[in-house]
Amino acid sequence: MRIALFATCLADAMFPRAAQATVVLLERLGHEVVFPAGQTCCGQMHVNTGYQREALPVVEHHVDVFEAALRPRAQGGDGVEAVVAPSGSCVGSVRHQHAVVARRMADQGRADAGLAARAEAVAARTYELSELLVDVLRVTDVGARYPHRVTYHPTCHSLRMLRVDDKPLRLLRAVHGLDLVELPDAEQCCGFGGTFSVKNADTSTAMLADKIRAVQTTRSEVVTAGDSSCLMHIGGGLSRLRVGTKTVHLAEILAGEGWEAAL
Amino acid sequence: MTTFLGMPGLPVATERGTLRGPDTFPVAARKALGDTQLRKNLGHATSTIRAKRARVVGELDDWEELRAAGAAIKADVMARLPELLVQLEENVTARGGHVHWARDADEANRIVLDLVRAAGTPDDPVTSVVKVKSMATQEIGLNEALAEAGIAAVETDLAELIVQLSDDTPSHILVPAIHRNRAEIRQIFLDHMPDVDPGLTDEPRVLAMAARAYLRRTFLAARVAVSGANFAIAETGTLAVVESEGNGRMCLTLPQTLVTVMGIEKLLPTWRDLEVFLQLLPRSSTGERMNPYTSMWTGAPRTSGGTADGAPDGPQDLHLVLLDNGRTATLADEAGRQALHCIRCSACLNVCPVYERTGGHAYGSVYPGPIGAVLTPQLAGMHGHGADAPAGGDPVDTLPYASSLCGACFDACPVRIDIPSMLVHLRAKHVETAQAQRRVPGLPASAENAAMSAAAWVMQDAGRFSFAEKGLQLGRLLARDGRIRSLPPPLSAWTTSRDVPAPPAETFRQWWARTRGDRS
Repeated sequence: MRIALFATCLADAMFPRAAQATVVLLERLGHEVVFPAGQTCCGQMHVNTGYQREALPVVEHHVDVFEAALRPRAQGGDGVEAVVAPSGSCVGSVRHQHAVVARRMADQGRADAGLAARAEAVAARTYELSELLVDVLRVTDVGARYPHRVTYHPTCHSLRMLRVDDKPLRLLRAVHGLDLVELPDAEQCCGFGGTFSVKNADTSTAMLADKIRAVQTTRSEVVTAGDSSCLMHIGGGLSRLRVGTKTVHLAEILAGEGWEAAL
Repeated sequence: MTTFLGMPGLPVATERGTLRGPDTFPVAARKALGDTQLRKNLGHATSTIRAKRARVVGELDDWEELRAAGAAIKADVMARLPELLVQLEENVTARGGHVHWARDADEANRIVLDLVRAAGTPDDPVTSVVKVKSMATQEIGLNEALAEAGIAAVETDLAELIVQLSDDTPSHILVPAIHRNRAEIRQIFLDHMPDVDPGLTDEPRVLAMAARAYLRRTFLAARVAVSGANFAIAETGTLAVVESEGNGRMCLTLPQTLVTVMGIEKLLPTWRDLEVFLQLLPRSSTGERMNPYTSMWTGAPRTSGGTADGAPDGPQDLHLVLLDNGRTATLADEAGRQALHCIRCSACLNVCPVYERTGGHAYGSVYPGPIGAVLTPQLAGMHGHGADAPAGGDPVDTLPYASSLCGACFDACPVRIDIPSMLVHLRAKHVETAQAQRRVPGLPASAENAAMSAAAWVMQDAGRFSFAEKGLQLGRLLARDGRIRSLPPPLSAWTTSRDVPAPPAETFRQWWARTRGDRS
């Protein structure tokens, strides 16, 4: 399948390994990955902080870029069949917020009335990594080996906005050599919440403290998740406290041990 | 008959501070987070009630259908609210009750005060009333208003009594004393309850018996009761209160005069609609299949029956005060009106990771937690001055931001209120209000606004974005051992407790251009 990667601004700028591993994994599974070079960001930070007017050009830009990627090559597009992002939160923003922003801004006379429908068309073919693998590509054993003790944090937006359910866990259980340990109170938020982590830093930190305590009870070497943002938060706390546990994006585990050799 | 509630305009906030606390949420939360006893009490209580709720909700195969039905009934009520309110008034009046309309808190308090005074005589005035636990009367600050007029309002719900005796404020919609443990409750009783046994222990049964003895004396002397209502049935004029202790039923049946204060959104069209809500509410609130006491009353007994010999079997004088207090304005906002669907079950509080850690007082409103964060700003109004304002801002304006948008509240809500989406909507309203009020047109409303505008300018163009990424890579100079431990404000709020990894030497798009640049 020909698939467009939406790397997400955070992975692109700060956590390129999550996006690189997504490319390596999909190519190993025999798919063709394209990276629409015009892409930037889904605008979620703006929307979730109340800046919908400012988010509008970012949303319009995202729709323009991936609409073109999804257009058949005969019509000048990239001819991809799906868009994938290594983030439940960014896909949640594309799927649940873009059309809402477009409609609100159209009501204020700031956006084109057709933008919402175009955003919905792009969103309908945009998938989070575990959704793409399990639902679209119909694979759970991706042939990876990862001989480590790992615990999985289901991020709020993948769990409750996208309803990925146990797809990431099914993928992890099929990884050879991986010792998967259940995370206590796994479904509790880690406290990131975008600008919440700065605007309400004390509450955010209190939530993080409990998440770290839960991670520590698992005695895992690695805590994984499908979102670089939540991993940045959990990892930021683990690093500050010098806990001997590292954060690794789900894509890097599924790409398999030694995947960096393919870089 | 008039049912004109005023045009939807600016919500009228009560001046008693029941919706607007003294501190912004971040400031109030910091204080609460430092209270280790509070953290322990809340953590224990919310996890217990979460487990109970999950168990009883899991028993029902049709829980999702029930939620959908509850949401649909409430949406129908909001769409037809004016007609349904008129129908309710007609039916209450036809059955011997009296209906009063209150535009705001002050008007509601004045109506109740007049009714209480009218229940006495110049020789024998009413000096105290008993109260059924009620959020509407908390919202209008009724107890304080009555106290100013020399009338004592005695809370009869055990937890409300604990809060009242200790001159505290409720911190939870359903469990107002959730922030107290039994040792603290024992001390409150010893210090403040009249005629309490000095040998009181902190056993729950002993504490409950002490409260019972005190309340029985109060009930028997009461001539006027004040209640709220969980539901009102438009087609019959029936009012309903759902409770656990039976103290509410004492108030509803013993005194001669009963005054019920109810928000206008509490309506249900028909009697059969109750079937849905009497399943949704107890399972969501106390984690019970059925609540112990469901009291319903229709009109005053002199017209609707009474005992076999025709004598009245309940309040002879029945009054219903219909309260707006910002609800009509809330109804006018298509994206915000879902907040009026709330049945005050508190399930969202119990699952909220923010509430679990800060408790209810941090919200500064009688409506705390996720539902409070969407209801309070709409009832009380936002002013466009958030925590980013130089003076710290309006506490109410900071409430929509008191959430990580984790979505647990939406999943728990028995009437499917999409609280996360409403929080995002209210944040946009807040920012747009601030922008409309900026002093110098054309300049950003705040430093945050300036940063957001700049970020948006960068993020709508890949060239600008990749240039900004190169700037970010300079951040590597700040890192030691691959991590950054300190950043300047406002990012210092992150680095006070969390590291930031060093930016990568090569961004993803640089890697892609280097390894696969010949492709699209």
